[in-house]
Amino acid sequence: MTKTMGKKMFERPTITRLTPGMPSKHGVGIAVASIQFIDGLKIDDLIEKYGSPLYIFSETVIRKNVEDLKRAFTVRYPKIQIAWSYKTNYLDAICRIFHQEGSWAEVVSGFEYEKAIRNGINGEHIIFNGPGKTEAELLKAAKDGAYIHIDHFDELFLLAKVCQVYDVTARVSIRVNMDVGIYPKWDRFGFNFENGEAWDAINRIMANPQLKLMGLHTHIGTYIMTTDAYRIAAAKLSELAASVAQKFNHYIAYIDMGGGFASRNTLRGAYLSGEDTTPSFDDYADAITSAVINSQIKPDKLPTIILETGRALIDDAGSIAGTVIANKRLTDGRRALIVDVGVNLLFTSFWYDHKINPTQTHSGLVEETVIYGPLCMNIDVIRPSLMFPPLKVGDHFVISRTGAYNNTQWLQFITTRPNVILIDTNRQTHIIRKAENIDNLVQNEEIPPHLVK
Amino acid sequence: MKVNQSIAISENGFVFNPVTGDSFTLNNTGMQIIAMLKSGKTIEQIKEALLSEYDLDALVLERYLQDFITDLKRNYLLLEE
Amino acid sequence: MDRKKITIAITGLNNIDSPGPGMPVVRGIKESTIFDARIVGLAYDHLEPGIYMKEWVDKTYMIPYPSKGKEVLYERLKEIHAKENLNLIIPNFDAELFSFIKLENQINQLGIKTFLPTLEQFEERHKSNLPEYGKKYGVNIPKSEEAFSMNDLTNILRSFTYPVMIKGKYYDAYKAYSPEQAQAYFSKLSAKWGYPVIVQEYIDGTEVNVIALGDGKGQVISAVAMRKQYITDKGKAWGGVTISDDSMLELTHKIISQTKWRGGMELELIRTADSKLYILEINPRIPAWVYLAVGAGQNLPEAHVMLALGMDVKPYKSYDIGKMFIRYSWDMIVDIEMFSKLVTSGEL
Repeated sequence: MTKTMGKKMFERPTITRLTPGMPSKHGVGIAVASIQFIDGLKIDDLIEKYGSPLYIFSETVIRKNVEDLKRAFTVRYPKIQIAWSYKTNYLDAICRIFHQEGSWAEVVSGFEYEKAIRNGINGEHIIFNGPGKTEAELLKAAKDGAYIHIDHFDELFLLAKVCQVYDVTARVSIRVNMDVGIYPKWDRFGFNFENGEAWDAINRIMANPQLKLMGLHTHIGTYIMTTDAYRIAAAKLSELAASVAQKFNHYIAYIDMGGGFASRNTLRGAYLSGEDTTPSFDDYADAITSAVINSQIKPDKLPTIILETGRALIDDAGSIAGTVIANKRLTDGRRALIVDVGVNLLFTSFWYDHKINPTQTHSGLVEETVIYGPLCMNIDVIRPSLMFPPLKVGDHFVISRTGAYNNTQWLQFITTRPNVILIDTNRQTHIIRKAENIDNLVQNEEIPPHLVK
Repeated sequence: MKVNQSIAISENGFVFNPVTGDSFTLNNTGMQIIAMLKSGKTIEQIKEALLSEYDLDALVLERYLQDFITDLKRNYLLLEE
Repeated sequence: MDRKKITIAITGLNNIDSPGPGMPVVRGIKESTIFDARIVGLAYDHLEPGIYMKEWVDKTYMIPYPSKGKEVLYERLKEIHAKENLNLIIPNFDAELFSFIKLENQINQLGIKTFLPTLEQFEERHKSNLPEYGKKYGVNIPKSEEAFSMNDLTNILRSFTYPVMIKGKYYDAYKAYSPEQAQAYFSKLSAKWGYPVIVQEYIDGTEVNVIALGDGKGQVISAVAMRKQYITDKGKAWGGVTISDDSMLELTHKIISQTKWRGGMELELIRTADSKLYILEINPRIPAWVYLAVGAGQNLPEAHVMLALGMDVKPYKSYDIGKMFIRYSWDMIVDIEMFSKLVTSGEL
């Protein structure tokens, strides 16, 4: 919309009924302040140039996050390696920023493995996780010298067979699951610590000259808000490492603590804001490094700690900007806002109460609002309830901390996906994934001859 | 259509309906419109006044004014004559 | 002796049927022989009665709910501090304590004192952590487990007998006599307070409570034991009497000296027929019946203020046995202009 000189901005007129317990202007405070800029660039201008909705990534924030994570660990521990978790966001430009910062690649499929190779990472810097690796993928990874993290006994036997048949050796690690005192227990991945399965797997690997035990891996869950769970996990892996050293006189090169660090988003159902309750990198680092240092592992044999942190590094570097399509009044009196960002683009709205702010200033008055996406589906709800100022059709808003999982778990449902842009450290913008068009989407479809005419 | 004369509106946008006991808050634009309604202006006059003051499209105004008037009626703040 | 002038901000002005401790704390402070306090109320809801009790609360400001995040709260406190020059803040809600503890350094740097438990003390006495706590400090705790989902609840209930207590993360507790009831309460509590919901063994016995104040170094400054005489349908004491029970006070001393508890606390206990004491809950703040302690000779709010200001406080050694409190309700008459002013300006 163009702005006529000399005239005031119009805010939609509202009247809001007061009910006991409803926060006043002051009760809500700056929580719905406007966010007008990302890295100094006006969001409204970005939408004008690149369309709405729009994914926006900040290179500055990504690099700063990596730096913060590295600093938190390196001040406490001598050897740290970050491996970028491809599944969290595998847009090539994003991965390359992490690789420039020295991150290896952590992949969980042949597709992600290929992506990492194409991004210039050699096999020796790839960690290959996941329960579903094929025979061909295992062979390639073994030949490339990737770290293959074995998930279950069938995979262990398959890999042993591959090594024998093709006469190759593989660098391996096992994924270990364990009780770290949190819910839910992730026991579907890896070998169990408590029942001796992990120790059994280690013994089988050590007995096979074609399998080189390089490390031990665990991944205790996702969005872990308690650092104590990491302390327990690191202690248990260290205990295994010490047992390996004692029995086989073999010192593993690394302990991989997986991912799971929380970002500052607020989980649905949480009463307190994630901005307050999420532990800092320092909190996590303290728990993990002290457990390893205080273990039975000899000080001169301390393994590298590998971190597969995904969400906590990328979530707050990504935002989605969008536009109001319509206003409605629901029969129960609540205001409903229909916007052009749906769950197809913001998959994470199923588990977060995402932070949403208008991009223009407003009077401060807010009312209870439901925010719906544009899909013709009942589950398309971005926020079931929040206090929000009155926006007009065409007004813009920005949803923060959307960088993790939304560009990998997005759904191509009833429409195409929009532009993804990166703001570099010089505040220049770059499209890193072009908006799709119908030709992109139908190019793999084929029409049988009898349906052509 | 006229504003329910018994309602009390404070200068900072607090509205009390003494018949129903409900209270409300208005934003600045809402206050401005109620003030004009109270002074006896017609909807057409209100539209004119707003269009000359704000950077605003007539269609957009139509839409939100309609919405606002409906809210007022729903809450018995505006009565049909 | 001239009383010391001081400005104290206090939350919990909701002295309703399930009352917050704010007003009784104000009463204790107003009766102090040491302090001449100006009371600044901090309210979340426009209808918290204390806001309108002008003879007790000199001025009230609305503050944002804890769920809005601590930074928003901090900004608002700074605004209020600029106008009021606060000496001290006494937060009184469980749900807000986390934010205040996290903000403690920042608040202290503004020149405002606080006297709060440490984050570690606050976390380890959480309902969900109580079983661990019992083991660590050697005290009796009813068996309890955390449920994060309906499925979880069903599994957990298998190892319990009915009735069973279903409790919210911060507040509210219900006695369930069947799995269906337990499920209904689970839904209600998780919607209101989030996860986990706590499933706790029901212990039959007499409900007794202790109010206490720890100096943060292991010393008990004040402790008064009370038996609830009348309990509302919300589980709140509507009447109670001070009792002389050495085992309850010993338990209090044991907990405060071991944990070096800092600030006010309440122990909710059950005494069983065979005279065993179980800890049901440890509340990390002053309870709403604090004025009974004042009436029985221990002005705990005053002592709290003294500790916060770094003054020397002599521990109370005794209190009157057989003092009762009988709560009553009272209808204030307020003009809607006051309400209107509060709603639109955020202060009154």
